[in-house]
Amino acid sequence: MNSTSDAPLLRVDRLRTVFTLPDGRDVAAADDVSLVVSAGETLGLVGESGSGKSVTALSILRLVMPPGRITQGEIIFDGRDLLTLDESELRAIRGRRIGFVFQEPMVALNPVYTIGQQIAETLTVHGLAHGRAARARAIEWLRAACVPDPERRAGEYPHQLSGGLRQRAMIALALCAEPSLVITDEPTTALDVTVQAEILDLLRELRASLGLALLLITHDLGVVAEMADRVAVMYGGRIVEEGPVADVFKTPAHPYTRGLLACLPGSADGRRLTAIAGTVPSLGQFPPGCAFAPRCVDRLPVCDTIPPGVTAPIGVESAGRSVRCYLHQPAAGGRG
Amino acid sequence: MTPLLQVSHLVKEFRRGGWLRSGGTVRAVDDISFDVRPGETFGLVGESGCGKTTTGRCILRLIEPTSGQVIFKGTDLAALNAGDLRRARRDLQIVFQDPYSSLNPRMRAGAIVEEPLIIHRIGTREERKARVAELFGLVGLDPAQISKFPHEFSGGQRQRIGLARALALNPSLIIADEPVSALDVSVQAQVVNLLQDLQARLGLTYLFIAHDLRLVRQVCDRVAVMYRGRIVESAPANELFTNPAHAYTQTLLSAVPRVDPADRTERIPFAHEAYQPMALREVAPDHFAAI
Ligand SMILES: Nc1ncnc2c1ncn2[C@@H]1O[C@H](COP(=O)(O)OP(=O)(O)O)[C@@H](O)[C@H]1O
Ligand SMILES: Nc1ncnc2c1ncn2[C@@H]1O[C@H](COP(=O)(O)OP(=O)(O)O)[C@@H](O)[C@H]1O
Ligand code: SF4
Ligand SMILES: [Mg+2]
Ligand SMILES: [Mg+2]
Repeated sequence: MNSTSDAPLLRVDRLRTVFTLPDGRDVAAADDVSLVVSAGETLGLVGESGSGKSVTALSILRLVMPPGRITQGEIIFDGRDLLTLDESELRAIRGRRIGFVFQEPMVALNPVYTIGQQIAETLTVHGLAHGRAARARAIEWLRAACVPDPERRAGEYPHQLSGGLRQRAMIALALCAEPSLVITDEPTTALDVTVQAEILDLLRELRASLGLALLLITHDLGVVAEMADRVAVMYGGRIVEEGPVADVFKTPAHPYTRGLLACLPGSADGRRLTAIAGTVPSLGQFPPGCAFAPRCVDRLPVCDTIPPGVTAPIGVESAGRSVRCYLHQPAAGGRG
Repeated sequence: MTPLLQVSHLVKEFRRGGWLRSGGTVRAVDDISFDVRPGETFGLVGESGCGKTTTGRCILRLIEPTSGQVIFKGTDLAALNAGDLRRARRDLQIVFQDPYSSLNPRMRAGAIVEEPLIIHRIGTREERKARVAELFGLVGLDPAQISKFPHEFSGGQRQRIGLARALALNPSLIIADEPVSALDVSVQAQVVNLLQDLQARLGLTYLFIAHDLRLVRQVCDRVAVMYRGRIVESAPANELFTNPAHAYTQTLLSAVPRVDPADRTERIPFAHEAYQPMALREVAPDHFAAI
């Protein structure tokens, strides 16, 4: 079952997840999504809300619910295509080999069980520990996740914990089965900066001690810059740029990546911020060509035709990088 | 320069743990003083629960301060009777954080913006309609959307509706309580730019409440940092961010994730248990710190 040493831990290939809208149309919320996470590596997935980040994460875990469904692609985890597995095989992977921390801890944590019970239950379900041993390990995981006074906290219910503590409990729950990949969807968005910094430190430590690979979803480019090895930028359900995080943020190739970086406070001189015009359309409202075209300052005539394909970026350090934009396709009518 | 707003020794205590329980009181705002000068943007920053919203609400007397003075244009708001307070409030308005819950979902956008004019009996029906259309234009909303309901707008547009409503009575001071915290960075930039354009056009003064230090640095002239109900440091924005004097300010700044590796600094932990409230003292011109 082990992968060969050079195969990535997770390879998502041309994933397409559609939702059936109330008007009957099937519209892709994740489209032609390909990404790779190697063992021990951290990939950041960024983009504004409504870009398809959570749908991508849920798809990888096969947790997309109707009216959504995966219609195309492969999700190869540790050598096996998750899309071909049945529900019992998936349960052996979810939570055991792939841990996940979702945006809203109150959704992922069960309100009627104590934190300790939930971690112990996860250990029991995956056959890692039982009874008293499972309860003792639950407390150790809470301690590892920097939950102060873990013996007492283990006996508390999710609603009794502060936001920061709930997030730590979620991390303990996600890590207790010692997965090789953890998917975190906006793990620190609702938290104060100092608490966020502690959670990120915690993730860094556990990543190093357990050799975890991390798919880190966030809309905070600062968090990605500090945590990730590589970054994938998502817009309109597609990954529009991908590459080593330092290179992408230093010389962004896609106008959307450039726009996201430019709107950060402190990136422009003077008081005004450089905004991206317009907003993310709702599903089904994206234009037929490049999804970003209506908001793009560099838009070309060809941009309104069909979505651009993936190429290496032109004019920047291109090793390990890709972009989905006509500016980088002179042959297709882009400027090059 | 005479301040537009002078907050002195403001205190707000809440009863701890719900009514009937004799759990004593919490000082959500603990003896804070600051001035806001005409035309400036004064930032109030700090982590959740430090008392920013309570301060804003006490200034407007949406909640009653326990003690202290709030002098606005020379009048102590904390001492006004209901009628005088209502008149004074025309000149000082609030924009809330959450564009989803702060607008009445059953009212149309136009009616939401018009309501303050009706409450204060301003203008005829036609004059009010014209004013609403003007306000829509002012905040960059399409006047054709006047009869839509809040849920039909995006988060950024909803904040514009809240802002149009706040502007309806031509206030001189706007208390903006985390006005862009719920928005994506791109939309956040649009709304922040709008706030700045309106300030330049209408001569507005802002009390800008936020927890995002990057944003505060970008938009504020002067900043006060709150911790556990107190101001622990205040200074011109640039001075505060380049020479933070209080350990807590240093902690906050060091925790902000940076896009540029060159900006990264070592994280500075803060000993919350060892914190002792202290009086502010001037450590540099116009720079005060409780050290
Ligand atoms: N259950 C659902 N039904 C219909 N549309 C959905 C559903 N879940 C997500 N979507 C839509 O898919 C798009 C991408 O959503 P999401 O992945 O949550 O974005 P992100 O996580 O980047 O903010 C959005 O337009 C969202 O409204
Ligand atoms: N109505 C209230 N009753 C009791 N406690 C309150 C009330 N409003 C706020 N508090 C408490 O006052 C403190 C400051 O809250 P708040 O002003 O909302 O902080 P901030 O806006 O900085 O996050 C918190 O401890 C909060 O729990
Ligand atoms: S393909 Fe065209 S519209 Fe899309 S991002 Fe590139 S230049 Fe802009
Ligand atoms: Mg999401
Ligand atoms: Mg608040």
